[in-house]
Amino acid sequence: MILKVDNVTKNFGGVTAIKETGFTVNPKEIYGLIGPNGAGKTTMFNIITGNYAPTSGQVIFRNESLSGLKPHQIVRKGIARTFQNIRLFSSMSVLDNVLIGFDFQARYSFLESIVRFPRFISEEKRIKNRSMEILDYFGMSSFAHDKATDLSYGQQRKVEIARALATNPELLLLDEPAAGMNPSETEELGEIIKKARNDFDLTVLLIEHDMKFVNQMCDKVLVLDYGKTIFEGRPCDAIQDKEVISAYLGDFHND
Amino acid sequence: MDVTIFMQQMINGFSLGSMYALIAIGYTMVYGVLRLINFAHGDIMMVGGFLGYFGIAVLGLPFAAAVLLAVVGSALLGMASDRIAYRPLRSAPKISLLITAIGISFFLENSFNVFFGGVPRAFPVPPYMEKMVEVSGLMMPVSAILVPVVTVILLVIILWVLFKTKYGMAIRALAFDVDTVNLMGIDANRIITLVFGMGSALAAVGGIFWAVNYPSVEPMMGVLVGLKAFAAAVVGGIGSVGGAVIGGLIIGFTEVVVVAFFPELGGYKDAFAFVFLILILLFKPTGILGLDFEKSRF
Repeated sequence: MILKVDNVTKNFGGVTAIKETGFTVNPKEIYGLIGPNGAGKTTMFNIITGNYAPTSGQVIFRNESLSGLKPHQIVRKGIARTFQNIRLFSSMSVLDNVLIGFDFQARYSFLESIVRFPRFISEEKRIKNRSMEILDYFGMSSFAHDKATDLSYGQQRKVEIARALATNPELLLLDEPAAGMNPSETEELGEIIKKARNDFDLTVLLIEHDMKFVNQMCDKVLVLDYGKTIFEGRPCDAIQDKEVISAYLGDFHND
Repeated sequence: MDVTIFMQQMINGFSLGSMYALIAIGYTMVYGVLRLINFAHGDIMMVGGFLGYFGIAVLGLPFAAAVLLAVVGSALLGMASDRIAYRPLRSAPKISLLITAIGISFFLENSFNVFFGGVPRAFPVPPYMEKMVEVSGLMMPVSAILVPVVTVILLVIILWVLFKTKYGMAIRALAFDVDTVNLMGIDANRIITLVFGMGSALAAVGGIFWAVNYPSVEPMMGVLVGLKAFAAAVVGGIGSVGGAVIGGLIIGFTEVVVVAFFPELGGYKDAFAFVFLILILLFKPTGILGLDFEKSRF
């Protein structure tokens, strides 16, 4: 077990976004978080990454509670994420976008950078090389010096994943990675995620509405509805589960 | 018009403009990361001038050491203002930040008034700064040469930090999206505090140059200079370091030219910075470098 969400509840004022929900993810699993809009999936991501504090319950990552940690500290523990609406640093270059993921790992201090110790030079060189390697891995190195916003949607998605990998995560959270992609782009993305899981020793937790994609990708899924777990298990079983079907299509379908 | 006098005025303009630029950079950098016009910035410059004064007149330090004291002290003060006053307001509406900045400004001005009095104190300018030197036929004080030279050096350092180091990378990224910067494993709060430190350090250098030029310090000295430097930052394009420099030079040159060549307008020299501000806001609100601050910065 690498991630354990332990009986988490999240209230926003009087609204309960997540109610007493828990699940565990095993190392190198691709785990899907699915459910209708407003089911609490992105809220769950925000709790895991420390953007929201849960009202009750806790998140445990590699046997360590993440309670009270700030987002940047959680990243350093080894959790990275991408966003539903791509959030690249828009007018910075593709390379800079990935470099910034390496920033906190660069081992030089502010003073060292100003007086330009050799250490600064070698560190900058090292992280630049590593960034290019990651871009190369995603077939994006030829776009390194382009502005992030000049790329196509599918390419931006890849850069966003590359940037997340630059922080050297063990757990990667992908919020609707296939959103806005055509079928061939979706398929390519699926291949990349599976390959990256092996090459980078990743565990992947993803939110996705495209059930075909979920079926192909996920070892296991959790179905949320109104902040509660209604199903956990294999994706192929999920789409036959009565409660899951009624959550997606409405109760009338049950007769 | 005598060429020598003209050249001398140009150098004075460059020197004055450099001082505005040094202060304007602090406005523009803080605006870049927080979208805040830090109205206390001019007063940080005043504190820098006072620290330089104390360093020389009270502690008997050599000039360079007094500058260092002022730079370090002001940087710490700027960082403390962020840590104590602005950081708790990170998720508050921007207007709360702005009101807080005005509060800090009043606090600094009035506490210096209470503790040190409002009477201007003569700044002990080291004699070698006032020595006149001749450069290709032009006579000028050493300080008139020193100011632009130091400004250019500091500017190169700032641009280098912004574009070549991980800190600069984080500062530039903060202009787009604070949450995502955190998700890169970077403590955005620390970077913002660092920006306050850098801007305040530059303001301290500007404050000392100011004190050397006029040569005095008093608690309200940062008010008008701060407002003009703010105008410079907006004229150049707020959010852009290059723009702050251009805006500072334009306003500095204009003031010098007006006083030198149209002495009858001399009494209005302080108004020109604000005339530029109004014109730029009317015709090109994004400033000369024309950055659309939702898209690009620095």
